[in-house]
Amino acid sequence: MNTLTPSQYLPETPPGRHFRAEKFDVGSFFFSGLTGLATLFILAILGVILTNIVLNGWSALSWHFVSTIPKKDFFDAATTGVLPMIVGTTIRVFVMTIFVIPIGVITAIYLTEYAPNTSIITRVIRAAVNNLAGVPSIVFGLFGLGFFIHFIGKNLDTLLHHPSAVWGQPALIWAALTLAIMTLPVVIVATEESLKAIPPGLREASLALGATKLETILRIVLPQALPGILTGGILAVSRAAGEVAPILFTGVAYYMASLPSRLSDQFMDLGYHVFVLSTQSPNIDQTRPLLYATVLVLLILTLALNIVAILIRARVRKKLRSLG
Amino acid sequence: MKLLKHLLLLGALAAVTSAGAQAGNITVKGSDTLVILAQKWAETYMRSHPDVKIQVSGGGSGIGFAALQNQTTDLCDASRKAKASEIANCMRTFGGKRPVEYKVALDGLSVYVNGQNPIKELSLDQLKDIFTGKVKNWKAFGGPDAPITVYSRENSSGTYEFYKEHVLKGSDFAASAQTMPGTAAILQAVSKDKNGIGYGGGAYGAGAKHLAIKKDESSPAIEPTEENIVNGTYPIWRYLYVYVNPALDKGEIGAYLKWIRSDDGQKAVKDVGYFPLPANRRQ
Amino acid sequence: MGIHRGHRARPLEWLAERFIFLVSLSTILMVFLIFLFVAREALPIFFGGANTAPLQTVLSPEAMDQLSPAQLQAYLELTPQQFATLDRESIQALLLVKQEAQDEIPAHVRSDPDARVNTVEWKYLLGPHQWSGYDKPEYIWQPVGQIQKYNIIPLLVGTLKITLIGLLFAVPLAVGAAIYVSQLARPRVREIVKPVIELLSGIPSVVVGFFALIILASVLQKIFGYPIRLNAFVAGCALGFAVIPVIFSIAEDALSSVPQAYTQAALALGASRWQTAWQIVLPAGLPGVFAAAVLGFGRAIGETMIVLMVCSASVMSWNIFDSARSITTTIAAEMAEAVTGGPHYRILFMLGALLFAGTFISNLIGGVVIQRFKLKLEGKR
Repeated sequence: MNTLTPSQYLPETPPGRHFRAEKFDVGSFFFSGLTGLATLFILAILGVILTNIVLNGWSALSWHFVSTIPKKDFFDAATTGVLPMIVGTTIRVFVMTIFVIPIGVITAIYLTEYAPNTSIITRVIRAAVNNLAGVPSIVFGLFGLGFFIHFIGKNLDTLLHHPSAVWGQPALIWAALTLAIMTLPVVIVATEESLKAIPPGLREASLALGATKLETILRIVLPQALPGILTGGILAVSRAAGEVAPILFTGVAYYMASLPSRLSDQFMDLGYHVFVLSTQSPNIDQTRPLLYATVLVLLILTLALNIVAILIRARVRKKLRSLG
Repeated sequence: MKLLKHLLLLGALAAVTSAGAQAGNITVKGSDTLVILAQKWAETYMRSHPDVKIQVSGGGSGIGFAALQNQTTDLCDASRKAKASEIANCMRTFGGKRPVEYKVALDGLSVYVNGQNPIKELSLDQLKDIFTGKVKNWKAFGGPDAPITVYSRENSSGTYEFYKEHVLKGSDFAASAQTMPGTAAILQAVSKDKNGIGYGGGAYGAGAKHLAIKKDESSPAIEPTEENIVNGTYPIWRYLYVYVNPALDKGEIGAYLKWIRSDDGQKAVKDVGYFPLPANRRQ
Repeated sequence: MGIHRGHRARPLEWLAERFIFLVSLSTILMVFLIFLFVAREALPIFFGGANTAPLQTVLSPEAMDQLSPAQLQAYLELTPQQFATLDRESIQALLLVKQEAQDEIPAHVRSDPDARVNTVEWKYLLGPHQWSGYDKPEYIWQPVGQIQKYNIIPLLVGTLKITLIGLLFAVPLAVGAAIYVSQLARPRVREIVKPVIELLSGIPSVVVGFFALIILASVLQKIFGYPIRLNAFVAGCALGFAVIPVIFSIAEDALSSVPQAYTQAALALGASRWQTAWQIVLPAGLPGVFAAAVLGFGRAIGETMIVLMVCSASVMSWNIFDSARSITTTIAAEMAEAVTGGPHYRILFMLGALLFAGTFISNLIGGVVIQRFKLKLEGKR
């Protein structure tokens, strides 16, 4: 009946042969069918969303659209553009990486290279990272408002004797910092993963040659971990670029006539603009092409980054697996 | 370490650039209802006064008042009157002076029904009954025997608050009212729904019928035309406001505020869906 | 790694190690600060002091001298520092503002018995109340208007309703796909399908919200034929899209980490692939799948933009085809118009703290379950 052939337990065997070895069986058919259908359904959703947006957005997208600062009414297809939103989103995300990457990488280094695995403090740090990853984005927005604007910003203004508030109001820097805290776990987890993928032998060799631990980390471990750190950074950027809730109260502007030029300026944002266009428009049918084009720009920005990150990560994981 | 240096540099840079650049500009912040209009004013004014720079941003009336109080903005746009607590907050930082209130435009609210609906006019009381859910069928007003579908705005919008206070006299909207994200969405829904009724800006309105409104049962029904809204006979309208710190209401800012309420300034109002103030109501 | 310690003799090494340790503590600090500062903005509402009743006894400016400075300061809701900076005239002007605000209250509010109710007391926040104009006690969230109604129950119901619909939609699909990808699919298929599903998490939530608003809402209405186009059901389905990748990732991870020895043993005993998957791998990986659902719940309950764009009426109803308003939506939509520092503002922060506590607990549960599961599989328990 069912004799054991190597094809049934060796993972790399082509499954075609394996299924032929089995008899047709209704349960198996249904089970594989159902789970396969679930998978297909998810892929179909993704496919429908993407094709719908690409097909509708493509025709409305033009160079004029991505390079124009809307001067009058941004619901008017002829004169509007999304340049300030692209610039705003890019700058806020860029400023965020300046903060999140060093802190995230250093924390990951501590967790993999220094931390005693069993100590309470290590476990608390890990729990904190996990929890930070699960905090709702709108709570980060509230935190940014309560901490950065009403606490840090206001006190900074008092300290610097500003006659009127400069820092105690929504600003680019506060939005970027709020996002930095939100994306910290992304960077930590990705960096940790790539640090673990480095063979311990490398570290031991370096130490044996007389390098100190710090030298080993800086010269041997970090360069090796670079792809992983890059992945973390890109994933953080992509996540942050699409988030709207944390910046609602910390810096985004409904409309600004000029590009932001200082860290204390407000900014316009692609994601928020999608929200504004889809809910505040005076004429829904007229705005729809604009809306699709804006969504497409946002999607290109975030998904392109994501795909790059996934490709790098796949390579890191392969390395990790080959280490056993 | 290199990154840390950059970080410090960035911080120093930010501190230097932000301190100097504030003077000479007029900043305007507040209600999203007024952002586009404020931008239009700013543009027109800057064209004739190239030395003045005006920066406009939205966020909401509440945000605008908070900014006015913190002196992060010179002018605060508001689609509602300042609340007592907001005035008091401002007075605390203005050294006991009240913020000055200017009426800058009129907004008339229309009630929309579907084009096929035979009803042409309703009184304020009837509207209240419909929107609070007391009357649920068009038959009660001589229309077809069909259930009324009520469309309303989300409760964070200024339009919602105004309609609730002035038409519903503070009562709550019916629980069955559908909440739409924006006037355009209401219009679209009403234009597709034979039994729908909704409300929104008077200057909007392709695709749906605007009802004439009677102040009470005995008064005549008034169409929401520009003339009727501006002369005050149409009963559902509101002012839009700009607030300013009295200490700043002079020089450049004072001149700008005067210009907004002049004939030149009021020209722009019509283009963005509101109504200009008649000369006698400009204070 | 702990390969080498004991370079304490080198001060630079020691300093660097301290520095790295201190920076890594920042994550703990952040979690702590988030809770502290969200709660800080919310706290005054718990200690009373706020009174939202529109009708209050007011002092005329002339009566100013009858009060002690401390009473006056409390009446005007000033901090001692602010009070110290104000001169007599300013205080009188403040009193006048309060009086004028009272005079402006319209007659229909004056005659309303609810106009003397302080609506931020606990019984109004949590319990039903028969407001004037209603024929029975009801839970109502209507923070805008003369009489502000802050009952948070409709928001809790709305949040749960939307989240549960989202999970009912997402969990079977995501877990099914996880079983397929981890157990049944060929390695080739698996290597393509897995990252593609994870790509779904790269779509910004505002884009999912947009898609739900424009396309999904109309499609679902055509299929089910309910009267209200934008409702909790649409929001839940859209929310499901957003949490599928989260649940899928964790569940797939858990199922793949079930040791190969289990599968091989089952296959060796003559079980078919699906029997192995259903009777061996799934039970062994169940804690992991459970944790995936719990973490998905945490993600769903905190999602803002999707729900904000798709439905937003705070209706007290368990009907899935009615509208609903979640806690996140309420905060996002109402914060901008709330008076900074006022009761509405404080209650929104309180809702934020509540949300934070909720996700904190669900993350903790999810995290602990996953950890135990992994230990168990490694045979350490």
